[in-house]
Amino acid sequence: MTAIVNVSLKAGVLDSQGKAVHHALDSLHFNGVADVRVGKQIILKLNETDKTKAMADVKQMCEDLLANTVIEDYEIELV
Amino acid sequence: MKVSILQFPGTNCEYDTQHAFEELGATTEIVWHKAESIPSDTNLLVVAGGFSYGDYLRSGAIAKFSPVMKAVGEYAKNGGKVLGICNGFQVLTEAGLLPGALKRNEHLHFISKHHHLKIVNNENIFLENLNNNDVVNIPIAHHDGNYYIDQSGLKSLYDNNQVLLKYTDEKGEVKNPNGSVDSIAGICNKEKNVFGLMPHPERAMELILGSDDGIKMLQGFLKA
Repeated sequence: MTAIVNVSLKAGVLDSQGKAVHHALDSLHFNGVADVRVGKQIILKLNETDKTKAMADVKQMCEDLLANTVIEDYEIELV
Repeated sequence: MKVSILQFPGTNCEYDTQHAFEELGATTEIVWHKAESIPSDTNLLVVAGGFSYGDYLRSGAIAKFSPVMKAVGEYAKNGGKVLGICNGFQVLTEAGLLPGALKRNEHLHFISKHHHLKIVNNENIFLENLNNNDVVNIPIAHHDGNYYIDQSGLKSLYDNNQVLLKYTDEKGEVKNPNGSVDSIAGICNKEKNVFGLMPHPERAMELILGSDDGIKMLQGFLKA
């Protein structure tokens, strides 16, 4: 089973990288972009086969290490 | 007076820190991150600057799981004095020993230059040799120095006199290099035994280096 973890800055926390990308898109005349947020994706190949167990494990990984929950949100997708 | 200095893979300010404290008359010991205890005669524990574990994932995120960090947590909980400089500050926030977090600098640049700081609160051992509103000149060198804490956390910091240093110009007017909330450069915990700052006082110990304002900061820790 594979877990895809998307980590991004919380709404309301200024995303400087997103802002820089937004400005770059503007300067390339892609004017239809209202906002840009840049995050990171962490892909985990798991030995676990039970989805519930896998989800609980990955959630714990996110809380402990993969995200800093003071400033970041995370989303987990199992595929 | 004994100063113990933590060393992770990627730490690069441990010897500057050692030199600075030895110049002030302290004895020092470098403590490898695999140690499971802090030397028992330690009066001050410094988490030195650098790039622990290459700052992979996030600054300080992996260092917080080093074996020594459990001992650091216990040392702090028992009232031991801990100072985190730059990456050390990041490690202490990641470990939950200080509130808030350090984000990427607002303009995404690594900043390395002398910067002025204003003393916001000197009711603590770190800054007691300085006066409130004093301005000192201390170098900064960081990519992730943008201090963040939410509004209620910020209020709590001010209510408990935990905001210690702000980035300013030489006249003490706010000058924010990295986007930090309220231009904050350094804080402490509620109990005032754990301190963290992004600037490097250990690099401001001799006039030939541009400033010796770091002396008064570090001396505060060496009183009996």
